[in-house]
Amino acid sequence: MSDTTANPALSADKPAKVETPFQRFRAEFFESKIATVALAIFVIIVLLAVLAPWITPQNPYDLGQVSVMDGRLPPGSEAFDGYTMWLGSDGAGRDLYSAILYGLRISLTVGLASGVIALLIGMAIGLVAAYAGGRIEAIIMRIVDLQLSFPASLVALMMVAALGKGVDKIILALVIAQWAYYARTVRATALVERSKEYVEAAQCLGISRFRIVFRHILPNCMAPLIVVGTVQTASAISLEATLSFLGVGLPQTEPSIGVLIANGFEYMLSGRYWISVFPGLALLLTVVSINLVGDHLRDVLNPRLKK
Amino acid sequence: MTVFIIRRLLQAMLVVFMMSVIVFFGVNIVGDPVYMLVSPDADQADIEAAISRLGLDRPILEQYWLFLKGAAQGDLGDSFIFGEPALKLILHHMPATMELAFSALMLAIVIGIPLGLYAGLYPDSRVSKGIMAASIFGFSLPTFWVGLMLIMLFAVELRWVPATGRGDLGSFLGIESSIFTSDGLSHIFLPALNLALLKISLAIRLTRAGVREAMGQDYVKYARAKGLSTRRIILVHVMKNIMIPVVTVMGLEFGSLIGFSVVTETIFAWPGMGKLLIDAILQLDRPVVVAYLMIIVLFFVLINLIIDILYSILDPRVRLQDQGA
Amino acid sequence: MRKLTTATAVALGVLAIGASAVSAEKLTIGLASEPTSLDPHFHNLGPNNAMSVHIFDRLIAQDEKQRLSPGLAVSWMPVDDLTWEFKLREGVKFHDGSDFNADDVVCTMARAPDVPNSPSGYGTYLKGKEVIKIDDYTVHFKTAAPYPLMGNDISTIPVISEQGCNSTTEEFNAGTAAIGTGPFKFQSYTPGESIVLVRNDDYWGDAAIWSEVEFRPITSGPSRVASLLAGDVDMITGVPTTDIATLRGNDQIQLSQGASNRVIYLHLDQFREDSPFVKANGGGDIKNPLLDVRVRKAISMAISRDAIVDRVMEGVAIPAGQLLPEGFFGVSDKLDVVAYDPDGAKALLAEAGYPDGFELTIHGPNDRYINDAKIAEAVAQMLTRIGIKTAVETMPRSVYFGRASRGAEGDLPEFSFILVGWGAGSGEASSPLKSLIHTFDKDAGFGSSNRGRHSDPETDALIEEALRTVDDAKRQELLAAATERAIENVAIIPTHFQVNTWASKKGLSYIARTDEYTLATGVVKE
Repeated sequence: MSDTTANPALSADKPAKVETPFQRFRAEFFESKIATVALAIFVIIVLLAVLAPWITPQNPYDLGQVSVMDGRLPPGSEAFDGYTMWLGSDGAGRDLYSAILYGLRISLTVGLASGVIALLIGMAIGLVAAYAGGRIEAIIMRIVDLQLSFPASLVALMMVAALGKGVDKIILALVIAQWAYYARTVRATALVERSKEYVEAAQCLGISRFRIVFRHILPNCMAPLIVVGTVQTASAISLEATLSFLGVGLPQTEPSIGVLIANGFEYMLSGRYWISVFPGLALLLTVVSINLVGDHLRDVLNPRLKK
Repeated sequence: MTVFIIRRLLQAMLVVFMMSVIVFFGVNIVGDPVYMLVSPDADQADIEAAISRLGLDRPILEQYWLFLKGAAQGDLGDSFIFGEPALKLILHHMPATMELAFSALMLAIVIGIPLGLYAGLYPDSRVSKGIMAASIFGFSLPTFWVGLMLIMLFAVELRWVPATGRGDLGSFLGIESSIFTSDGLSHIFLPALNLALLKISLAIRLTRAGVREAMGQDYVKYARAKGLSTRRIILVHVMKNIMIPVVTVMGLEFGSLIGFSVVTETIFAWPGMGKLLIDAILQLDRPVVVAYLMIIVLFFVLINLIIDILYSILDPRVRLQDQGA
Repeated sequence: MRKLTTATAVALGVLAIGASAVSAEKLTIGLASEPTSLDPHFHNLGPNNAMSVHIFDRLIAQDEKQRLSPGLAVSWMPVDDLTWEFKLREGVKFHDGSDFNADDVVCTMARAPDVPNSPSGYGTYLKGKEVIKIDDYTVHFKTAAPYPLMGNDISTIPVISEQGCNSTTEEFNAGTAAIGTGPFKFQSYTPGESIVLVRNDDYWGDAAIWSEVEFRPITSGPSRVASLLAGDVDMITGVPTTDIATLRGNDQIQLSQGASNRVIYLHLDQFREDSPFVKANGGGDIKNPLLDVRVRKAISMAISRDAIVDRVMEGVAIPAGQLLPEGFFGVSDKLDVVAYDPDGAKALLAEAGYPDGFELTIHGPNDRYINDAKIAEAVAQMLTRIGIKTAVETMPRSVYFGRASRGAEGDLPEFSFILVGWGAGSGEASSPLKSLIHTFDKDAGFGSSNRGRHSDPETDALIEEALRTVDDAKRQELLAAATERAIENVAIIPTHFQVNTWASKKGLSYIARTDEYTLATGVVKE
C-alpha cells in the first residue's frame, strides 16, 4: 500500500523510456479495457468530488443542514428536510451520499496535494543529486536510502504523533513519508540520461547545466515519475484512511472517506452495514482505479515488458 | 571493512540523534499529558505537583538535556502512564510483534510466490488475471477493514479461531513464542493473515514480474533448445534466478510489517509494541513514543548494515563503500 | 450465514465443550480499558481502582450504588468535631497469612499519597488528615476542621500490608508485593495481555463463586464485541451503544445496564467580556452573550435531551436536570429536566437582545465519553436551528483537557462553550458542586474543574456550609439547595447521565455499578 516496492518494475532502479509520441502512448493505453474502465471510473469520481456542492442534497459540514434526528437511517429513507437519502445516513445524521462526495474531496485533496508536493520536492532533490554528483549526491542518496528503509506508514504515524491532527498536518506527514520515493526514481533515471550522448553533446555546445537538467533530463524522467505518482497517490489516500482509523488522522467533524469508514467501523457489528460499507466501496473504487491505471501505465511505459 | 562498519555506525548514531531531536520536540508541543494522568478529583495543587513530578515544568531544552544524559546511559526515561522504564516496556512487548510479523512474512511467501509463479507463467489465463486483480485489491483494501471482516467470518460466524488476543506460549530452542503451541497458532492465524495481505500481493507481483522477465531471457531459450522439460526449466533455472531478489525484497519488507502491525494489533488486541505505540501516542505517554522511535531507528539502521555486509560476502562484485562516494 | 453458524457450531461443538469443561468456574472478562499498574496506590484511575478492589479491601466498602458499607473497618463515627474513630475488623488475614491490624492502616495511609513516579496519587483524599493508632484494632483520623466526608474519602484507599508498604510499584506489578486481604489473589500480570486472579478461599466475607478470573484488555469496541460473540471471553465491559440493539436481539447474549454517576454537561464562559469563541453574526466582536443568564437559559431550552438520548445514545442514557441521577445523596427532588422549547428559546434570545442569534464554537473531546463528538455535533445542530450558529471542534482528550483547563493566557480556560463530563467519585453531590460550580479558588482547592468560571457567592456559601456539616439530613438539604441555585443560574447545562452497559454470555449477568467498575464479584450466574 505504501511502498513502491509493491511495484517490482519500479523498484528496479532502471529507467523507463518514452520512445513513442503521445498518440502512440494513448493508443497503447486504451488497448486495455480494464485500464480504460478504471480511468473512466477515476475521472467520474474526481468529477463527482469536484461537483459535490451542486449535486448533493446536503452540505454535511453545515450543521444547520444536518440533524441527529436523521441519524442511522437505512438507504432510501426520507430525511427531515424532505430529500431521499439513497445511501442512508450515518450516526450524526449526515446523508451518506453527500458525505461520501464531500469526503472524497478531502481524501483526493490530501492524496493529490501530498503526491504533488512530494513529487516536486523529491524531483528537485533527485535532480540535484544526479547532477551535482560527488559528495552531495552521496549524502543525499544516503538520506534517501535511510528514509526508504523505514516503512512509510511508520514515518507518517510518527509525523502525525509529532505534528497533531488536521488536513495540513497530514499532508505534511505524507509528504515527509513519500518524497524519498520520487527522489530515488528521478535520480536513477537522470543518472542514465546523464551518461547519454545527447547530454554530452549539449554540454559540448555550452548549454547551461540548468537548461540541460530542465529541458533534456527532466522530460525523460516524467514517465517513471507518473507511474510512481499514481501508486503513491493511491497509497497516500489509503494511508490517510488508516491514520484516521487509528485516531491520529483527520478530525471527525469534517470527515474524509477514511474518517467515514473509521466511524462506520463502530457500526460493523450492528447490522447497519451501509454506514461503513458505502464509504468503504468509495475508497476501494478510488484506490483500485488509480492502482489499475498505474499498473497499466507501467506496462505501457516500460519497454522491457514489450513483446 | 572495519572502517566501513565504524563509519556506518557513526552515521547511525547521527541519525538516531537527529530523530531524537525531531521527535522529542515534536511530541512535546502536542497536547498536555498532565490531564491524561491526574484524576478528575485532583485540585490545582495536585495538578501542579504532578507537573513538577513529571519534570514538565522545566524548560524544554533542559528536559531534552536530561533525556540525552539518561539515553547515554541506556535510560530512555520512565513511562508517564506505567511509571516503569520505557525501554523495558517496549522490549517486553517486542516478542509478540516479532512473532506476528514473522508469521505474516511466512504466509506471504508461502501463499504469494506460488500464485505469482502461476500468474507469470500463464499471463493470459483467466486464473492469472483473477490472481492479479485480487492482488490489486490486496493492496487497495484498508487493513483495518479487512481485519474486522476476518474476525466476523472466521471467529464470529464460523468460530474456527479466536477473535482476539495471544494464545499460550510454548518454548522451542530457548525461544518463547505463541507459534509453538496449537492454542497460540489458532490465535495468531487471523492477525498474521491480516497483516500478510499486503505482502501476499507484493510477493505475487514480484514473482510474476520476475518470471515474465526470466522467461524471455537467453538462458531459458537455451534450456528450451537443449530440450529440458518445462518443469525443470521453471523449478531449477527460473526459480533460482528470481528467488533471490524476491526473498530479499520480502525480507526488507519485514520492517514495513512491523510498521503496519500497529493497525492489526489494535484490531486483534495483540499485545505487541505497535499497540503500545498507538496507546502511547493517544495518551501522550511521551517517553514511550520517543523510546519506541529510538529503538525502531536503531533496529532499521542495523538491519540495513547487516544486509549490506551480507551482500558483500555473497556477491564479491559489491564493494563495501558508501554509495556514489 | 445463520445456517452456517449452526452447522459449524455442531461440527466444532466437541472442541468447544472440551475447552469450556476444563474449568467451569473460570471467568474471562474483556476490558475496555486496562489498568496501568497493580500497585493500588500508583494511579488514581477508574480501571486501576476497579482492579485493586479484587485484591485489596478498603476500610469502608462502596456497594454498587456507592453507598458505604463496612469493609476492613466494622464501624466509623465522629467522636468529637475533629476526630473520627474507626474500629477495625478482627481475625482478617492477608493473602500471605499475616494478620491485619492498625499498623497496616497507619502505613497504608502514609504510603498512599506518596508513591514515587505516581502520575496521580491518593493525596487528594488524605490531605489534612492525620491517622493515629489507638490500639491494634482502633485508629483515629484527625482533621483541622469538622469533616463530614471522612467515610467517602477513606473508602477510596486500598489497604496494603506492612510488608507492602516498603515495596516498590515494580514489586506490586511482579506480584510479590500484591498481597491484600481481598476476595482474589494475584496469579499473573502480563501488561497489554492479561491479568489473572484466583479466589481467596480464606476471605473474611462471602467467598467469590469464581475460582479463577482472567481480565483481558481489548480496547477496540467492535473487536471486544466480536470476542464475546466468538466466545473468547465470557463478559465485556463498555459495550458500544451502536451494538446494543443487535446484542439485545441475540438470545445467546445477556445485557446488564445501570446509570452511572457521570453527568455529561456543557460549561459556558461566564468570566470574560470578550470570549474567544463567541462572535457576532458575520464574525465581528461582540460582548460575551453567555454572561446573560437569559441566553444561557435559552441554550438549555434549545437542547432536546430526549433527542440526544434517543438518537445519539440509542436510548442508553438518562436525560439530566441536575448533577447526579436520583437516588444519590444530595440530589434535589425539585429539579426536572429542562423541557425542549425552541420557540421559547428564540423568544428568550430576542428578549436578551439577540433576535438573530450569534456565532459560537462548541469544543469537546472525541475519545473520552460515550459518543462525545456526536453529542457535541447534535448540540451544535440544535443551537444552529434557533439562530446561534454553532461550529463544532472536537479533539483527542490528550489535547482537549489541557486547553479546556488552562489553554489561554494566564492559565485560564481557553474555550467559550465546552462539552465535558463529571463522575462523582465520592458518590454524592458535594463532589460536582465543589469542583464544577464553586467559584475557582486555587488555594482552597475549590472549582478546580470550573472551566466556565461561574461564580455566585450565595451558592459558594451553601456548598462550604455543607462541607462543614456532619449531620447527614442537614447536609442533604444544603447540597440540594446549592444544586437548585446552580441550575437556576444555569452555571452549567447538564444534558444526560451516562448509562453503562456490560454484555455477557447467556447464563451470566452483571450487577451494574454507578462507579463504572467491573468487578468479578458482581458477575452472577442466573
